[in-house]
Amino acid sequence: MHPLRKQRLQQVILIVVAATVVVGLVVYMLGQNANYFYTPSQIAAGEAPKGVFIRAGGMVVEGSVERAPDSLDVQFSVTDGASILVIQHSGILPDLFDEGEAAIAAGIVDENLVLQATEVLAKHDEKYTPPEVADAMNQAYERKQEQKQEYKPKQQGAQ
Amino acid sequence: MNWLSNWSPSWQWFHRLGSPRWFYQTTGRWLPWLSLLALALLGTGLVWGLGFAPQDAKQGNSFRIIYLHVPASFLALAGYYIMAIAGAVGLIWKMKLSYMVMKSAAPIGAVLTFLALFTGAVWGKPTWGTYWVWDARITSMLILLFLYLGVLALQYAFHSNEAGNKASAILALVGTVNIPIIYKSVDWWYTLHQPATIKLTSAPSMHPDMFQPLLVMILGFYCFYVVALFLFTRAEILRRERKTTWVKALVLGESQS
Repeated sequence: MHPLRKQRLQQVILIVVAATVVVGLVVYMLGQNANYFYTPSQIAAGEAPKGVFIRAGGMVVEGSVERAPDSLDVQFSVTDGASILVIQHSGILPDLFDEGEAAIAAGIVDENLVLQATEVLAKHDEKYTPPEVADAMNQAYERKQEQKQEYKPKQQGAQ
Repeated sequence: MNWLSNWSPSWQWFHRLGSPRWFYQTTGRWLPWLSLLALALLGTGLVWGLGFAPQDAKQGNSFRIIYLHVPASFLALAGYYIMAIAGAVGLIWKMKLSYMVMKSAAPIGAVLTFLALFTGAVWGKPTWGTYWVWDARITSMLILLFLYLGVLALQYAFHSNEAGNKASAILALVGTVNIPIIYKSVDWWYTLHQPATIKLTSAPSMHPDMFQPLLVMILGFYCFYVVALFLFTRAEILRRERKTTWVKALVLGESQS
C-alpha cells in the first residue's frame, strides 16, 4: 500500500474511533436518563423523582383494572415481576391496552407512590402470531391449568 | 501498519474497479435483470404479505405495515454503511467513483429512513396510542435522517466537488457511530419500541406464515436498493464526467440512434 494512502487510512480509522469514544462516553454518562420510562421497582425504591413528570411501564396485572361506572376514571397496576405500581388515569385507553399486556403511563408520582397519569400508551412486544395460533396456545395453556387444578385435590386426598 | 503492505502484492484490480466508465458499462448490463428481480420480489412480497398472510391476534390488520416498515429500516441502516464505506474509500484512495456512490446513497437512505419513521408513526397511533414518542430507538432513527440530509447538504455547500466530497465523507464516517446505537437502543434502554423480531442468533419471534413474506420483502428491498443506487450513481457519473470523450461519445451515440 502506498505510504500516503496508509496515512489517510490511519486518519479515517482515527476519525471513526474518536467519534465512537466521544459518543460512547456521552451515552455512558447519560446512562439511565436515556430510558423512556422507569420500572415499578425503581419507583418503589424511590429512584424516580416525585412531583416531576415521568413515565413508568410494566405488565398490567391480571384483574387489576377498575373502571369507574360514571366517568372515564380508571385505575390499574403494572408490575415488572418484582414490584407493583398503581396507576390512576382519566381518559380513553388505547385499543391494545389489556390485562397481561405491557403498558406505559406518563404522569406524576404522588406521596402514596401512585402514578397520576395524564397519558397511557400500550407497548407491543416483538411477537407476532395469527389469531388461530394464539387461540390454540391459549386453549392449551388453559387446559394445562385445569389439569394442574384437577391434579392437586387428588394429591391432597392421598395424604 | 505493516500488515497492510503485505496484504496484497498488487492493488491494480482495485483501481480498475474505480473506473467510472467500467462501472457505467457493467451496471448497464446488470440493471435490467436486477430491476426484474426487484420487481418480482416486491410484487410477490406485497401481495403475499398484504393479501394472504394471516392477521395478528392482537393488532389485527394494522400489523401488515411491518412489510414496509422493517425492510425500509433494514436498508436505511445498511445503506448508511455503504455510504460511509464509500466515503472512506474515497478519502483513502481519492477514488472519484467512490464519492459518486457516497453522494448517491444519501438521498436513497434519507427516503428509506423517512419511510421507516412515517410507517412507524402510522402504526404507532393504533398500537401505542400515539404517533410519536422521544424514546431511544425513534430519536436515534431521526438523527439518522438528519445525518443523511447533512451528507446531502454538504455535497451542495461547496463550489468544488472535491471539498464537498471530503466534508460529506467525514460527516458520514463520524455518523457511523449512530448505527450500532440504533440497533442496540431497544436492548440498552427501556424504550416504547419493541425489541427486534428478527435476530441473527435465534429464530424470529413471528409465525412462519407471517415471516416468509417479510423475508421476501427484505430481499426485494435489497435488490431495489441496489437498482436505485446504480441508477443514481450512473446519473452522477454522466454529470461529473460530462467533459470526458467517452461520455460525449455515449450521449452523441444515443441521440443519433
